[in-house]
Amino acid sequence: MRTGAASLPILAITLTLVSLCAAGPDTILLRGATVHPVSGPDIADGSVLLRDGKIAEIGARIAVPKGARVVELKGLHIYPGMIDSATEIGLSEIGAVREMNDVSDIGLFKPQLRAASAVNPASEHIPVTRANGITSVITSPGGGIVAGQSVLMHLSGWTMEDMAVRAPAAMRLEFPNIRTPNRFAAAETPGRTSAYAEAKKRYEQQMRDLNDFMESARRYRQAKAVAGPDFEIDLKLEAMIPVLDGKLPMLIRAEKEKTIKEAIAFADKQKVHMILERGTEAWKVAAELKAHNIPVVLPPTLRLPDEEDDPYDKPFSIPGELSKAGVKFAFASFGPGDEDNPRNLPYEAAAAVGFGLPREEALKAVTIYAAQIWGVGDEIGSIEKGKWADLIVTDGDPLETRTQIKQMYIKGAAVDLDNKHHRLYEKYLAR
Amino acid sequence: MNRFVLFLLALLAATLPAAAQTTVIRNATVLTVTKGTFQGSILIRDGKIVEAGEKVLVPDGARVIDAGGQFVMPGIIDCHSHIAADSINEGAVAVSSMVGIEDVINPDDIDIYRALAGGVTTANILHGSANPIGGKCQVMKMRWGKDAQGLIFEGATPGIKFALGENVKRSGSPGNGFGASPGLRYPASRMGVEDVIREALTEARAYQKEWRDYQAKIDRHEQAIPPRRDLKLEPLVEVLEGKRYVHAHCYRADEILMLLRVADDFGFKIRTLQHVLEGYKVAGEIAAHGTGASTFSDWWAYKAEAFDAIPYNAAIMVRKGVLVSLNSDSAELMRHLNTEAAKAMKYGGLDETEALSLVTINPAKQLGIEKRVGSIEPGKDADLAIFDRDPLSNYAKVEKVFIDGELYFDREKDLEERPGKEARKKALIDKEKAQEKKERKKPEPAEDKKSEEPGGVE
Repeated sequence: MRTGAASLPILAITLTLVSLCAAGPDTILLRGATVHPVSGPDIADGSVLLRDGKIAEIGARIAVPKGARVVELKGLHIYPGMIDSATEIGLSEIGAVREMNDVSDIGLFKPQLRAASAVNPASEHIPVTRANGITSVITSPGGGIVAGQSVLMHLSGWTMEDMAVRAPAAMRLEFPNIRTPNRFAAAETPGRTSAYAEAKKRYEQQMRDLNDFMESARRYRQAKAVAGPDFEIDLKLEAMIPVLDGKLPMLIRAEKEKTIKEAIAFADKQKVHMILERGTEAWKVAAELKAHNIPVVLPPTLRLPDEEDDPYDKPFSIPGELSKAGVKFAFASFGPGDEDNPRNLPYEAAAAVGFGLPREEALKAVTIYAAQIWGVGDEIGSIEKGKWADLIVTDGDPLETRTQIKQMYIKGAAVDLDNKHHRLYEKYLAR
Repeated sequence: MNRFVLFLLALLAATLPAAAQTTVIRNATVLTVTKGTFQGSILIRDGKIVEAGEKVLVPDGARVIDAGGQFVMPGIIDCHSHIAADSINEGAVAVSSMVGIEDVINPDDIDIYRALAGGVTTANILHGSANPIGGKCQVMKMRWGKDAQGLIFEGATPGIKFALGENVKRSGSPGNGFGASPGLRYPASRMGVEDVIREALTEARAYQKEWRDYQAKIDRHEQAIPPRRDLKLEPLVEVLEGKRYVHAHCYRADEILMLLRVADDFGFKIRTLQHVLEGYKVAGEIAAHGTGASTFSDWWAYKAEAFDAIPYNAAIMVRKGVLVSLNSDSAELMRHLNTEAAKAMKYGGLDETEALSLVTINPAKQLGIEKRVGSIEPGKDADLAIFDRDPLSNYAKVEKVFIDGELYFDREKDLEERPGKEARKKALIDKEKAQEKKERKKPEPAEDKKSEEPGGVE
């Protein structure tokens, strides 16, 4: 039996990193590791040079530049940092405590709300999440129809200015659907048919409202283009202009086949650049998604089958099916609105591997594919020259639970992997 | 041999289940959990493990399962689940010890099969956490296809749910989903939770005395009127007498210690602390009380009392001498408890055997069924899960699951049956559609809203 010995190496690494942190981004040469660029073949005994926050060079042998700090990583692996495409990190500290939850606000159309403005950079979730190799996340507002603007951010920084990769990264829309009350509410409603009829009516109204809203935004844009200096600004409609200009993608949450199809038709008609969020039945619409070049942020792989008579392993096999169909997707731990545990993102990817998704594809769907989906494929998501140096150093496959994350670099700077959980561990193990 | 023995043998032969036979699983990596890991075989006869070792002779007529390259582990045991029950919470009262899961078992719940397909063979099905003293629990085997009675883990010590903290405090408020009671239901604070438990146990003690006094009179051949039976207090008397295990839902260190003190005062042991997310803060006290802990691997921050939860909880408690298991409390998590166990290696450095123990032999001990299940040892029930690779890997999947030596899950068979099931489903839907079409041709009464049935809605 080992007694506490396991924590010593972690502590040593922690102390080293704490001392490194102060240095900020400088020139660092990571040497002697197996490098997994994800975008190309692995490099055994490879090196990565970090300079000014970016990846300056990658290869088998790199001469040590003057003044560079050399980090020997014999026996270890370097991967790109992972990207979680659906979280509420920074917006919700304790989900059930109203005062600590800023995920959603009142109203149905709130395009002017910005997640980037409400993220708490001191959230305990940030160090806890990055400790397992996640370097960037999408944080999204929720609720209503147009929920607000999602942000793509690095999990390191004093302020949003330090953290933002794309702010905003997308306009988030929860596509209307016929939602019957849950079973508790249904119990109070006499007769299911009337509950369904009500839900259908509500859905039809919401569809009209959504189309009207888009139409208003379009007219506002036209009016603004020809207006004089005394044009009256409407913040809601103003926020929609980048969406209508095709500069800001619309992250559209739709789950069932019918809703996904309607969302695709909507995006077509409105000429908006669509990213499908959740898409539990995306596999039923795979050909259309592929034809329209619409990428998918997948629901958790580790979930129950969506229908009672689905095969027990349906959620595990869907990513493999979508991959075969040529649909681009990224895994996500899933917020807003769910109990999420973003540090387990790599396991959502791994769970699909035993059921038909090639391992390399699983890894890409938490790194480079995510970056491409969010329009930053040339900035993060793989180990390539010129990209942000978002790297993790591991003792094995990052998709495996037993693998330890040994070091992390975000924008070329060493990141402290200590966190609330590890601190409590040390404190109470010593009690 | 006398006639009576022959008669008994005949009776025994007649009562053996039809499927009873001899099976050998061979060429496998066998993770016994209690007796090491080896490359070898397992001999199963009449539902029991007869032999497990590197070399096992294959008896004539035995069914041989070649598990080359595969891993066999004991069937996974989930110490906290809510599947296979028609209802979970009786939240209208603060003490609901009169109700129990045994009366609401649903053997058709598809989650039983799903759990089975995740390698789970036994689960403790608990009442919810709406009340300081909840309903009675039921230990079940995942014998998919059997009736309610057939799921029951025969001979398992009965249990009861206690619950502390936030869920209990907020129950009784409208709209929480636990019960119908509008307005307030005592208790609304952790102080009140302790009081409700003490009041109930005090009542139970008095009730126990009434029966003891009655029994004493009977023993003295005096005339006596039996006390009125109290179905609420009976299970609590069993708790006081150590005949019923308490599985107590709890989060914070202070409430954990409160409950241990209450149990000490009333002279019984809490069998397991469930969730026990701050158990790591008072692991020494828990170990000293001789109480087990059944926790989540890494859930945190979903409510205030879960904010100090850490994924190192299981490892710290193991190191401090607590008997620890990892549970699911979720039909989904239940499907991959093997990789939940791997998290205790990542967070806190347990070794492989210690990790696997968290979902096999340790929960077996917590439920008092360790002589029957929880490890691969001769004499134990042949409850086994075969994985295509190391079950602690995230890439592993379950190939076969045996309960009592019977094959209850077989991935190959599941895959083979899918096209047939699809065809049957399609035929049923087509039939329904044809029927609907026929009915639509007839003039419909105005109030018939059949076309608005909620099919395919979100």
